[in-house]
Amino acid sequence: MMEVLKYDVVVLGSGLAGMRAALEAARASKGRLRIAVISKLHAMRSHSVAAEGGISGVLYPKKNKDNERLHAFDTIKGSDYLADQDAVQLLVKNAPNEIKLFDHLGVPWNRLDDARIGQRPFGGMSVPRTAFAADKTGFFMMSALYDTLLEFSNVDFFHEHLATAMIMNKNDFKGIFTMDMATRDTVFFSSGNGIIATGGFARIYQFTTTSYSSTGDGIALAYNAGLPLKDMEFVQFHPTALIPSGILITEAARGEGAYLLNAKGERFMKKYAASKMELAPRDIVSRAIYSEFAAGMGVTDSRFGDIEHVQLDLRHIGDRDIDEKLPMIKEISIKQLGIDPSKEPLPVRPAAHFTMGGIHVGIDGNVLSVSGKKVSGLWAAGECGCVSVHGANRLGSNSLSQCVIWGKITGEKAAKRALARSKTTLPLVGRLYDEEGKINILLTKNGSESPYEIRRELWAAMERDVNVYRNNAGLRRALKTVHELKERFKDVSVEDKSKVYNTNLRDTVEIGNMIGLAETVITGAINRKESRGAHAMHEYPSRDDKNFLKHSIMYKKKEGITLEYVKVKITNWKPEARHY
Amino acid sequence: MDESKHVKIVIRGFDTKIRQFRSRLYEIKERKFASVLDALIHIKEKRDATVSFRYSCRMGICGSCAMVINGKPRLACETNVFKELESRDSIVVAPMEGHPILKDLVNDFDDFFEDHKSVKPWLFRKDKKEKFAAKKEYKQSEKERDGFLTFSECIKCGLCYDACPVVNTNRDFIGPQALSQAYRYYKDSRDQAGQSRLIEVDSLKGAWGCEFSGSCSKVCPKGVDPALAIQSLKFEIIKNGFLGKLNKPEQRIKKK
Repeated sequence: MMEVLKYDVVVLGSGLAGMRAALEAARASKGRLRIAVISKLHAMRSHSVAAEGGISGVLYPKKNKDNERLHAFDTIKGSDYLADQDAVQLLVKNAPNEIKLFDHLGVPWNRLDDARIGQRPFGGMSVPRTAFAADKTGFFMMSALYDTLLEFSNVDFFHEHLATAMIMNKNDFKGIFTMDMATRDTVFFSSGNGIIATGGFARIYQFTTTSYSSTGDGIALAYNAGLPLKDMEFVQFHPTALIPSGILITEAARGEGAYLLNAKGERFMKKYAASKMELAPRDIVSRAIYSEFAAGMGVTDSRFGDIEHVQLDLRHIGDRDIDEKLPMIKEISIKQLGIDPSKEPLPVRPAAHFTMGGIHVGIDGNVLSVSGKKVSGLWAAGECGCVSVHGANRLGSNSLSQCVIWGKITGEKAAKRALARSKTTLPLVGRLYDEEGKINILLTKNGSESPYEIRRELWAAMERDVNVYRNNAGLRRALKTVHELKERFKDVSVEDKSKVYNTNLRDTVEIGNMIGLAETVITGAINRKESRGAHAMHEYPSRDDKNFLKHSIMYKKKEGITLEYVKVKITNWKPEARHY
Repeated sequence: MDESKHVKIVIRGFDTKIRQFRSRLYEIKERKFASVLDALIHIKEKRDATVSFRYSCRMGICGSCAMVINGKPRLACETNVFKELESRDSIVVAPMEGHPILKDLVNDFDDFFEDHKSVKPWLFRKDKKEKFAAKKEYKQSEKERDGFLTFSECIKCGLCYDACPVVNTNRDFIGPQALSQAYRYYKDSRDQAGQSRLIEVDSLKGAWGCEFSGSCSKVCPKGVDPALAIQSLKFEIIKNGFLGKLNKPEQRIKKK
């Protein structure tokens, strides 16, 4: 059965960016617009809940000797000069009031003695400017935002609706095609205004800090609709993921003073970033860990299956501060490994964490077409929208600011457009039946390939060849694998034929999305013949501003990928050598 | 050295075709540190793609994977396989029965979310304009924050509902999750709803429905302690003199 629901604004994705967009749209519309928030999960369970360390923003310039210019510079230097500087300036300007907004929505911030919001040091940040609620900042912001939205009677949540297509008519957004997980009925959300906020795609890797849901669906939908993606080759590896699960141990552990130790018990970061030590940006720390492994300085321990790692030592921080500021990582370490971090170092290694690339958008989050023109009525916010504030490497705690700021901007823009032109027209019904048919075919055909086997091989290729350090031969090998998997996926088999809560079907849709995105990551990487931020090439160890100070843009043409480049926006800060 | 063990997992799921529970036994090899969620994913990928369960973060913060494991309502991602097998030779997983069941191990949360919404779980502020377009801070001392912090840790996993004997016999009772959130906002120094929050739960559907078995607090994986929140609500209701109005409980709950 297919249902058509009309909304003035549809938000796809219910993480911090999506729900912040819905809040702003609801507020800007003063009750006059109907807004749908569509999530493939229960809305409050999106991956933003897993954000731990905090949100960046200059709250107290005097006390912390801080200012917006310094926040901008730290971010741009951290990005290895690939960030669009006008967008970074917008981020640093808006961040403080967003932190205050979440105070008003109920986040239980850690506080200073005078009852103001507390801030702590973070990687690549010159001064403490990361506001935090223990090490559950994302969770508390998500709870507050979800609860707040319940007050708005013009915002409807659609939990567990998996989007399978974005419907466009030439350059106009027309709606989102979804499947209700509970029934397998399809629902077309007809709207002239859409905000894609579906997060990143680090799940194309096996060893990742991210939720199983981080499969980049919204980015894949845009890509499949012929829209361009930007800077897909830049994948951030977080230095400290717990083994063997990959669960994130927040950078805030190091912000609060934790050490990274090699097999000799040395704080090896002194060799790689003497001034910032453990608080160097993530790309640098992750490379340092791999360099230690290469030098035979990795730690192995039979208790953890001999997986090579380094140690994250929190012991000197003390119980009181750990309980007050890092309670969740203590809980996780004890529950997962039986290790209390106040008594024993934690075994960690780098894991795929954040994807800097995403849907090509302009500074206001408006999705751009291949010609660089704005797509009417379509925005992307949060990790899925590459507004390029992070460039080639994101600084910790800038992601939450990005999510809520571009959530706010796009929510307001979408609402204003909806208020100005209320009529939306349905696309051709045939197009909707095509999408319905695709789901039916996937569900009923008897293929011979297990989606999980395909995913396993994708994971193996990405882990082996598209990791922290990359080289030409490895990338070519990975691309070949992905091409083969793409072929094999055509013969994929969904074993579960039932209609109610069919996660086998959902997984298969996600895996199809992941293969497409992996292909763009590798293609972008092969063609970027330099090392910049998170993209470190064996053959080209230096940054090459002459040839590669530019964003890569990729879009689908028939079966192939077209790769082009666009300029980086430089306002105040000329690229210079990046030392810490 | 890879310490792995052969383990037996029994999935006692709800079969939507025959409309009853059906048990399936799977024997798999699982590594040390594997959670019950890891084992279920393993089964789905390699043994039986039709097994259905809800999960996402696998780190105990998204609240998706609540189920009954060896008779106890728990998060699958926080339950270690080897530890379960110290005292028994197989692991039995089943869906929660305090919520309707969609399929296999998957519960329907619609009613649960409605109950949560019924306590108006958002900060009431008189300065609405400032609330949604913030320019200043509402100050809050750590002491004030600590008054509600525990109750703000709720991940909406639904385990307390499953454990609550009242929820399981009286569907009108809004349950431990919702009541803990009523108390969470009541105690937040930034909230200006005041006593109206108490009036809203001064009923048999609300705080007085609780019979204080304490099982909600026992199963809460995040230490929220809903039982304490509910007893505190009762105390506040009495202290503020609302108890006498109990004889007309239905009038005390505003219709949504």
